[in-house]
Amino acid sequence: MDMILNISGALCLLVGSFLCISGGVGLLRFPDFYTRMHAVGVTDTLGAGMILIGLMFYSPDFLIFSKLVIILLLTLLIGPTTSHVLAKAAMQNNLKPKLQQEDNIKETSSSNY
Amino acid sequence: MKDLFAVVMLLGIYSLLSASFFVAMDAVDVAFTEAAVGAGISTLLMLVVITITGRSEKTTRHKPLLALLVVVFTGSMLIYGTFDMPYFGIADAPIHSHVAPRYIQESMKEVGIPNIVTSVLASYRAFDTFGEVVVIFTAGIGVMALLSVGRRPEENEKTTAIDDSMHEQYLVIRIVTKMLIPFILLYALYVQFHGDFGPGGGFQAGVIFAAAIILYTMLFGLTTARKVINQSFIQFIAAAGVLLYGCVGIVSMLNGANFFDYNALASDPVAGQHLGILLIEWGVGCTVASVMIMIFFNFAERREMQQNNEKINNIEGDSL
Repeated sequence: MDMILNISGALCLLVGSFLCISGGVGLLRFPDFYTRMHAVGVTDTLGAGMILIGLMFYSPDFLIFSKLVIILLLTLLIGPTTSHVLAKAAMQNNLKPKLQQEDNIKETSSSNY
Repeated sequence: MKDLFAVVMLLGIYSLLSASFFVAMDAVDVAFTEAAVGAGISTLLMLVVITITGRSEKTTRHKPLLALLVVVFTGSMLIYGTFDMPYFGIADAPIHSHVAPRYIQESMKEVGIPNIVTSVLASYRAFDTFGEVVVIFTAGIGVMALLSVGRRPEENEKTTAIDDSMHEQYLVIRIVTKMLIPFILLYALYVQFHGDFGPGGGFQAGVIFAAAIILYTMLFGLTTARKVINQSFIQFIAAAGVLLYGCVGIVSMLNGANFFDYNALASDPVAGQHLGILLIEWGVGCTVASVMIMIFFNFAERREMQQNNEKINNIEGDSL
């Protein structure tokens, strides 16, 4: 039983840290605001969540376990909301996502004016 | 850097980082305060100021050489001053041999509170803390005197229409906020009353409480928030907090002890200390929370007035 807890906790921590690192790489490598935000938003929620779940496996008593559950619920609630608000604010300030083809951009921008 | 928004964000990040190194140095109370006050509320208040003043710095004509010279000179003097200081963490530094041993060894017997920081802040150094609270109160009065806008114009149909259209725009964040605010307020109360046993206390609790109210104001509009908390009530609470703090000192003086000597508050010295610390933390929390809310309200009101004036100007320009 103890070994199962240890191994599953370690697995969760590993996945979580991998997701956080990939989020960091995405933040640096993606081309425009929206894709960057996507990288950070998705991986931060899931990555932090996985790390918290991994820590739950290791928690020695119920008090710490319940604190971790509360933190998890808070991140699950706040993370996606902040990403949503950020994207919305960028949209309202007329920041357009970078599209692949050159003429595609021209078409959209010309149709807007 | 010319973009003030970026400057404010960098300042917030710096505060958060310094909070994390306070944690690394085992100063949890300081870290908590830094995170709540430095990274949280002061960043927020500066952002509010930016909405009024505009985002970019004014371009200066002259080269600020003199200022650079003064900064470099002062900085090098300060660094020179640090050479005289004892090494970091050295055991016989003056700061460790003056009053600190008494705080560490005797405070449990004298004050009876597990968190030494709280007993130093609220009991041994109560007079200093009183000064801090008065400073905050004065800041609130200053902002009010400078920015307060007399009577608000009555709400007309147009603004309610704008409010309704905003509701659809901000639906997600409004609902999430509605879910979160009770927990934030509850957490503030927890921090307030748990300050005796763990990190926390009146300052942090007040700031967290104010942050919840400010969040509500930002999302639901100043008019709605004013209905929940009106200006004169907050002013009253801000003053009442300082008054409560001062009164605890006066009462202990009337009981024949020194100013802020809580031993005289009850028949048992330790019980007196507990009562005194509870009361003054309560006073600090009230004052800090209401002053923060007051500052935010006044800035937001100014901003609203500016916007309304712009709107009226635009309408007049269109009709011409």
